[in-house]
Amino acid sequence: MSVLSEKVITRDWERPNQNTLAGYKANGGYKAAMKALELPPAAITDEVKKSQLRGRGGAGFPTGLKWSFVPSLEKNPKPRYLAINADESEPGTAKDRFILEKDPHLLLEGIAIACYALGAHTCYIYSRGEFKYPSAVLDKAIAEATADGIFGKKLLGRDFELNVYQVRGAGAYICGEETALLESLEGKKGWPRLKPPFPAVVGLFGCPTVVNNVETIASLPRIFEKGAEWFSKLGFGKSGGTRLVTVSGAVNRPGTYEVAMDTSLRELIYDAAYGQGLPEGRTVKACIPGGSSAPVLTGDELDVKLEFDAFKPLQSMAGSGGVMVMDDTACMVRCLWRVSRFYAEESCGQCTPCREGQPWMARILRKIEEGRGERGDLDTLLGVAAAVAPWPPIGLGTTICALGDAGALPVQSFVTKFREDFEQHIRLRRCPKGDKPWGVFGDFK
Amino acid sequence: MKQGASTNRPAMSDPLFTPDEQKHFDAGIAELLSHYPVDRKSAAMLPALRLLQTLKGWLPPEGLKLVASRLETTVERCYEVATFYVMFHTKKPGKYVIDVCTNLACALRGAEGMLAYLEQKLATKAGENGEKYFLRETECLASCGTAPCLQVNEDHHESLTKAKVDALLEKLA
Ligand SMILES: Cc1cc2nc3c(=O)[nH]c(=O)nc-3n(C[C@H](O)[C@H](O)[C@H](O)COP(=O)(O)O)c2cc1C
Ligand code: SF4
Ligand code: FES
Repeated sequence: MSVLSEKVITRDWERPNQNTLAGYKANGGYKAAMKALELPPAAITDEVKKSQLRGRGGAGFPTGLKWSFVPSLEKNPKPRYLAINADESEPGTAKDRFILEKDPHLLLEGIAIACYALGAHTCYIYSRGEFKYPSAVLDKAIAEATADGIFGKKLLGRDFELNVYQVRGAGAYICGEETALLESLEGKKGWPRLKPPFPAVVGLFGCPTVVNNVETIASLPRIFEKGAEWFSKLGFGKSGGTRLVTVSGAVNRPGTYEVAMDTSLRELIYDAAYGQGLPEGRTVKACIPGGSSAPVLTGDELDVKLEFDAFKPLQSMAGSGGVMVMDDTACMVRCLWRVSRFYAEESCGQCTPCREGQPWMARILRKIEEGRGERGDLDTLLGVAAAVAPWPPIGLGTTICALGDAGALPVQSFVTKFREDFEQHIRLRRCPKGDKPWGVFGDFK
Repeated sequence: MKQGASTNRPAMSDPLFTPDEQKHFDAGIAELLSHYPVDRKSAAMLPALRLLQTLKGWLPPEGLKLVASRLETTVERCYEVATFYVMFHTKKPGKYVIDVCTNLACALRGAEGMLAYLEQKLATKAGENGEKYFLRETECLASCGTAPCLQVNEDHHESLTKAKVDALLEKLA
């Protein structure tokens, strides 16, 4: 079994006053940034490349490489921005909020390093509108760091101005998509932009902008404290470091855990340190491994590592680390219907396949679950899904942004892998689970 | 003249703000505008609408006009944004807005039963905006590992049980 040899993100969460500047500094806080800022900006980016840090927002894109897409000042003299994605709304995902609540200065220290490397003098942290408490903790941390002179005219005493602001969203999943996030930061509704151009070239206010997830940036202080090589070695394959994952649903001990990259889904679900298995007699029927957009896996596909490349052969993805477990008494149709309803609700409406297709899929699923399904419905369902984004492989979407794919992939993977469950509903003209579709923990007590 | 500029001061008969609220609003807008490039005032839209909603409990039409003028944009743009995001209320909501997550991870831990329990206890239907309660289904709130969860006027409550919900409701006078 894999062991977590060293904690990266959660290391200090239990320390007293860790979420205040005094508590953070008492434990060596902001020393890593001081060290990083001794390097020329380009060398910082090189270190990040060496560390094999990859984006924790969903796509696992190499962070140093993303930074290197920002054009040089000679080529593009416009200001550059860093935007932190703290919108955390992918169903199943609950990790960034804990960084904000328990260790906000870890993120802020990462921001200092990233902005210096990128030559960005302004950073906006776009946080989820519903995060009242995490946002309050973060606001206080920003105010403390600014009052202390860490941010402001002289970043950590250097001749470099950096201002950091939090902007709170207002309830729209789509604003987690990076270009919708930028639109929202510009004060507009969250309609994603067609890419290219990518934000690194044309981003916020038309300027070069890097968008990174909270956990990604919160990893930077450790990289500069202990070295890029240390971070890279801690990981597995081409995924440096550790990662935060949230296991939810039918396990005995749901929660958010920091795991080694080579931890398997099975370990996460069954290990004493993590999910602690399912109640006596129950088995895993289905598992969504990386937020609800990730294609579902069966109980036989759990021996896969949680690092970013391991899911490719299974045509799924490690995504945002949201692992949702369904036991053998849960109804697959009902689960998928709930997922589909989400994408129908959250489509921004710009592209026809997504705007029309997501609600259409949700309607067919409802019909099947309510016992009104007909022969042919499953083919229609798969046809609609394929028109939005054929699968496999992942990434063939026909729409402006990947929300299209995100809604189509669950449908195709559930119906393909659990087809008999769907057909049974149509044959029986009812849900075999009756009024208990949610499995072993489905009752409200 | 910029659209909406004439509504800088609301009609005397129905003042939008008390003097205290006005002070708070003016200072808030000035602070927000300092976070953006000078030629990008309208970027402050979301925080400005939030400020207005914090003061008034919702986004009254007069308030939207005022935001438009301060941000040097049109009131149509304000409405476009206000109606896109579910947390903004362009209609006055009940005293307690209760958002219950019924997304998958919560549903697997009893969220649908919790919603039904709330409907019964509050004698309201999800989606109906009453004078006292506005009970709504909402999407994943990043409490999947501490499900089920809900928010009352944006205050977050997680790892809920019947007993905890009972205790919570008792506090809502
Ligand atoms: C529909 C949709 C929703 C997304 N939601 C989030 C989110 O809530 N948080 C996040 O960090 N990334 C989200 N992403 C991914 C972002 O677009 C972007 O890839 C990410 O923030 C980049 O940061 P990283 O490279 O550090 O992962 C979403 C993508 C899509 C298509
Ligand atoms: S794919 Fe869906 S959410 Fe994305 S831009 Fe198109 S309509 Fe909007
Ligand atoms: S599914 Fe309810 S908080 Fe995530």
